[in-house]
Amino acid sequence: MNEKENEPKLWLDRHELQRIFDVLIDDGYEIVGPTVEQGAIIYDRISSADDLPKGIRDQQEPGKYRLEAAGDEYCFSFAVGPHSWKKYLTPPIMPLLRVKQKNSELEIEEVIQKPQKFAFLGVRGCELAAILIQDRLWLDPAHSDPVYRQRRESSLILAVNCTTPAATCFCSSMQTGPACRSGYDVALTELKAGFVIAVGTSSGAALVKRLPLRPATQAEMDEAKQSLAHAEAKITKQMPQVDEHSKLLKKLKHPHWQSVAERCLSCANCTMVCPTCFCHSVDDVSDLNNGDITRVRRWDSCFNLDFSHASGTPIRDTTASRYRQWLTHKLASWIDQFGSSGCVGCGRCITWCPVGIDLTQEVATLLEEPVDVGE
Amino acid sequence: MSKLPRLAVVKFASCDGCQLTLLDCEDELLALGEAVHIAHFAEASSQLEEGPYDIALVEGSITTPHDVERILLLRSISRVLITIGACATSGGIQALKNFADHQEFMKAVYARPEFIQTLSTSTPISQHVKVDFELRGCPVDKVQLLEVIQAYLRGVRPKTSSESVCQPCKRRGTVCVVVVQGIPCLGPITQSGCGSICPAFDRGCYGCFGPAAATNMTSLSDNVLLPNMSPTEAGKWLRSFNGYSPVFAEESVRLWPLTLSNKSHKEGGDTK
Repeated sequence: MNEKENEPKLWLDRHELQRIFDVLIDDGYEIVGPTVEQGAIIYDRISSADDLPKGIRDQQEPGKYRLEAAGDEYCFSFAVGPHSWKKYLTPPIMPLLRVKQKNSELEIEEVIQKPQKFAFLGVRGCELAAILIQDRLWLDPAHSDPVYRQRRESSLILAVNCTTPAATCFCSSMQTGPACRSGYDVALTELKAGFVIAVGTSSGAALVKRLPLRPATQAEMDEAKQSLAHAEAKITKQMPQVDEHSKLLKKLKHPHWQSVAERCLSCANCTMVCPTCFCHSVDDVSDLNNGDITRVRRWDSCFNLDFSHASGTPIRDTTASRYRQWLTHKLASWIDQFGSSGCVGCGRCITWCPVGIDLTQEVATLLEEPVDVGE
Repeated sequence: MSKLPRLAVVKFASCDGCQLTLLDCEDELLALGEAVHIAHFAEASSQLEEGPYDIALVEGSITTPHDVERILLLRSISRVLITIGACATSGGIQALKNFADHQEFMKAVYARPEFIQTLSTSTPISQHVKVDFELRGCPVDKVQLLEVIQAYLRGVRPKTSSESVCQPCKRRGTVCVVVVQGIPCLGPITQSGCGSICPAFDRGCYGCFGPAAATNMTSLSDNVLLPNMSPTEAGKWLRSFNGYSPVFAEESVRLWPLTLSNKSHKEGGDTK
């Protein structure tokens, strides 16, 4: 559970929620948070508490997502949707530099612009874990990424504990939620009358000083704790424990990879919605008009045939081999590479797979098979 | 005479939409005019110069005996031959006749079908001559068209992605219409290039760019199409602009077997 769960907390009345927006806007933050669009709860720029999905619930299952109106006051009673914060921390299409030809000289122009200061509102426990995982890649001191670093350093994280997990969630078995553990500036727990607020950093402390808060009562803190306990009890999906990850790497010739491939469309939706998948490609795009070249980084995917193109041919030329690469990297070799699993249990890859492939079930099938099917 | 590379744009059986995409380039069209000599482009100018050409852009499919002669001649006088669009690359919507009896179509459409000279099939250019590059789309995308032209001018490989429509769809932030609305969509098995326009307007992908590099047609049919429609309707979904491309044709015939003609279709399934 929350490592700061026994510290004193603060209380914000529900009718004062707009004050958070006012203070953040006053401080020059661009607020990004949940809002209803295209039939889903997505992350977008928002400017007022009225933009939040008030009284909206989500129903999720493999390959299916629906919203319904509950008609109450709750603004954060939903599980994570199709977007994740990587949309803002590593934009899907990002120009990196421009090369201009001047006579016989090449002139290189930096095009990475200093980003706005983002305030991310409504970040869940699983998503905090995902951001910390992405930090290990993009902020590695040996080769940190300027785009990510600028965005990450200037952003403020207002987390909201998840009290309404979906049927596709399995954060508790990945130890990332439903409560926020670390990585937030402030963390809110939504109750009927208002919000219990925990402070995580000095930036968070500076923010709450400007809000109309009072210390939370013991009863309010108990209620918050209880709603998180209820949330945890609601999570039924589990990832089989693969911490002995070499087990998975011993299943490389298992016939089940082929059975997944019979369903898998190789469309890459799972990697696009995954909050930790970071694969990208860098291309030089030329402009016929003036001969300029722009170097552009794009989200790419290990499900693309071209992505493993080497020495004139794709190395992973079957869907089975690509699915196996994705799953064993995410759950096993990621641990060797970054010291943790690459999966945070958010369930996005299950909900947003057009054919509803459920990785927790695929892993269970791969692991239960008693025969050793080769490394 | 200009020493610029000579460009020809030549039409076969088609709607002219891909040629219009070239005209739609507007600003870049002026730059193109400086980079190449436009020797033959009937859609743009009645001044038509004879070959040879350095680059021939070919729109349309082969549907008449005369077409067969023209494409052989064009190939012989063109250094690089690039097909533009679904018709030239996979036979186009007019390749519906490949799945049926073209005589029946002629009787239904023309008052005096005996005056019509046509082949029984509409076929892609690559079934007749060697094609250097096939640019997909119905119509082709302007950015990809310019990329291909300038890649050949510079002697490098064109960068056109073979990924699925889903990826640009997610990059632009569109929420999946299959998952949220249960709308049938060909995006997961269709090659990107259009910018994933249709799902952004609550429509499923129509497959205008033909099959992606990696496809799983039976899973798409079973899980995305057939929950929403009959097998015949699903077959019709696949049998459109790129219906004669082998991957789409095979699955459409599986779903909606041929019944109208004795024509043998190489992907099989002829039931009569």
